[in-house]
Amino acid sequence: MDLLAIIRIAMRALARNKLRSSLTMLGIIIGVGAVIAMVSVGQGAQSQAQQQIQAMGSNLLFVGAGNVTRGGTRMGSGATKTLIDEDLQAILREAPSVKEAAPGSQATSQIVYGNDNWATQVNGTEPQYFDIRSWPFAEGSSFTTDDVNMAANVAVIGETVRKNLFGATDAIGETIRIANLPFRVVGVLTPKGSSAAMGQDQDDIVLVPITTLQKKITGQNWLRWIMVSAVSKEASYTAQQQITEVLRDRHRIRKGQDDDFMVRNLADMADLADQNAHLFTVLLASIASISLIVGGIGIMNIMLVSVTERTREIGIRMAIGATETDVQQQFLIEAVVLSVVGGAIGIAFGLIASYIITQTLGWAVLVSPASIIAAVIFSMGVGIFFGFYPARKAARLDPIEALRYE
Amino acid sequence: MATTSQLVVDERNAAGDRHLIRVEDVHKYYDLGETRVHALRGVSVNIEAGEFVAIMGASGSGKSTFMNVLGCLDKPTSGKYLLENVEVSSLSKEELAAIRNRKIGFVFQGFNLLSRTTALENVELPTLYPQISKQEGQKRSREALELVGLGERMHHFPSQLSGGQQQRVAIARGLVNKPSILLADEPTGNLDSRTSVEIMDVFQKLNAGGLTIVLVTHEPDVAEFAKRTIHFRDGMIRRDEPVRNRPIASDVLNDMPVLED
Repeated sequence: MDLLAIIRIAMRALARNKLRSSLTMLGIIIGVGAVIAMVSVGQGAQSQAQQQIQAMGSNLLFVGAGNVTRGGTRMGSGATKTLIDEDLQAILREAPSVKEAAPGSQATSQIVYGNDNWATQVNGTEPQYFDIRSWPFAEGSSFTTDDVNMAANVAVIGETVRKNLFGATDAIGETIRIANLPFRVVGVLTPKGSSAAMGQDQDDIVLVPITTLQKKITGQNWLRWIMVSAVSKEASYTAQQQITEVLRDRHRIRKGQDDDFMVRNLADMADLADQNAHLFTVLLASIASISLIVGGIGIMNIMLVSVTERTREIGIRMAIGATETDVQQQFLIEAVVLSVVGGAIGIAFGLIASYIITQTLGWAVLVSPASIIAAVIFSMGVGIFFGFYPARKAARLDPIEALRYE
Repeated sequence: MATTSQLVVDERNAAGDRHLIRVEDVHKYYDLGETRVHALRGVSVNIEAGEFVAIMGASGSGKSTFMNVLGCLDKPTSGKYLLENVEVSSLSKEELAAIRNRKIGFVFQGFNLLSRTTALENVELPTLYPQISKQEGQKRSREALELVGLGERMHHFPSQLSGGQQQRVAIARGLVNKPSILLADEPTGNLDSRTSVEIMDVFQKLNAGGLTIVLVTHEPDVAEFAKRTIHFRDGMIRRDEPVRNRPIASDVLNDMPVLED
């Protein structure tokens, strides 16, 4: 008997008990739908994390002024004044795995433009910062090294700041006031979104030449951080070690003493975020799989009922020449048709659920073809696995007994 | 009924004068825990091609077990059963299924049609194992239905047919694979007397066309229409005799009053 004929027979047998078949299928529909939706949510989170690694620059290192203990009092990070421009020069000179480095210092200030104002972080840095963070400009360009040397009043703003101060008007060339000093806007950065590692809005930022910030706003000459790029992603670990050595040496930190700075490998943190997202996917998928298994048990249950109900039919078929294999195939295919049709509807259901999740919760959702193929194969497997025993039971019936069954 | 002979008498009995069915000293017993039930105690009988045999006996006489053995649904515990010179008792389950499919047509007391499946599709059922082409299967099924006088109702469901019509569908299903022998187990058991005669009329005409028929019944009136009766009692054959003064079913029908519902 060819497969198409068996499938046709199975379809008709299922159509005889429409309500029962649809309820049985519902188990698989919910199972497959849940798997698709959950995997999509998980993979969405994962791909978002990966995008953020890309956005951050994968070979990025962050050197921050560390915490310090003075007479038993531990100050928060960034409290030391030991990280200075000479450290940056030393890193560039003595750490071969380092490609570029940009100093940073920051202050929080009210930014005013016309009638609008906005409180944000003002960072002082140097032009190579944008290169290190691989952060392109939407409009205009970076301030220059000359601007840094002259402590010029020029500023680069992030997307969030631009939106809040300028709205629809063109920001380039306009003058904003930072700590009551006028600054000319020379560049607007492209939006980066929130960071994977910290979750803060990276676009809520104003960048000015470091000299300008230090001399005219904060009056401090130490650095809050140094942003470093390694020569490659692989080199970022050696760069981390080299920087640590250089700084410990320069800051005269003895063996056994804590660093007064910290070096963070951002690729590392992004990887961690990626791993977390992956774990999240696996967790969601396994929870959803349980409902698929419950659906499979539903199929097994209903197939057992069906075999009992159709004992006479099985007897007739055997009497007129169906072999055990024929009978087994018939019931197995019926179970598989139930699970595969349920699976197909479940996929549609899962896609709709994913869409609704994106629309209502605003989560990033990624439906991968792999998860759909996996769902089809898995639901087929559920049908075969849970349909096997009832089908075997049907095939093992004695035709004489089956014909006599009332 | 002009096409009867075409449908049932081809490639039959190539071995010439050999017996179509040869049963030699067949025993069958069932072990039910401690007790052993002896259903057949040494049955020997030959049935030739073209015969119309009625097997009679009370319930428990072993006639149903014998029928199951003849139909290859059950294997004898000991003894020989040759169907067209093939020793059936040594065959595997798959081979037995193939023999049931090709050489034996079954007609049951309760009709045993698949409900919610049209008459035509019911008749087609045996052509699905192993499948012959769909066109050929349908063509043969139509022919078989026309042969039993149901050409007009092939797309009806069993619930839309009378008992006699359902039994004709079952007979057509038994004929569709051109079997060597048609086995009918109490085919008139659920039918009124007129319809019973109608069914016997169908059998007589098929037999006249060359089909070998073995019929199990406990009604002497029904057995009359066969050519030979075999009586079973206590798992053994007690009497085996030809029917004398065999009535012709179509004549009997003409003399019968038509009952108004």
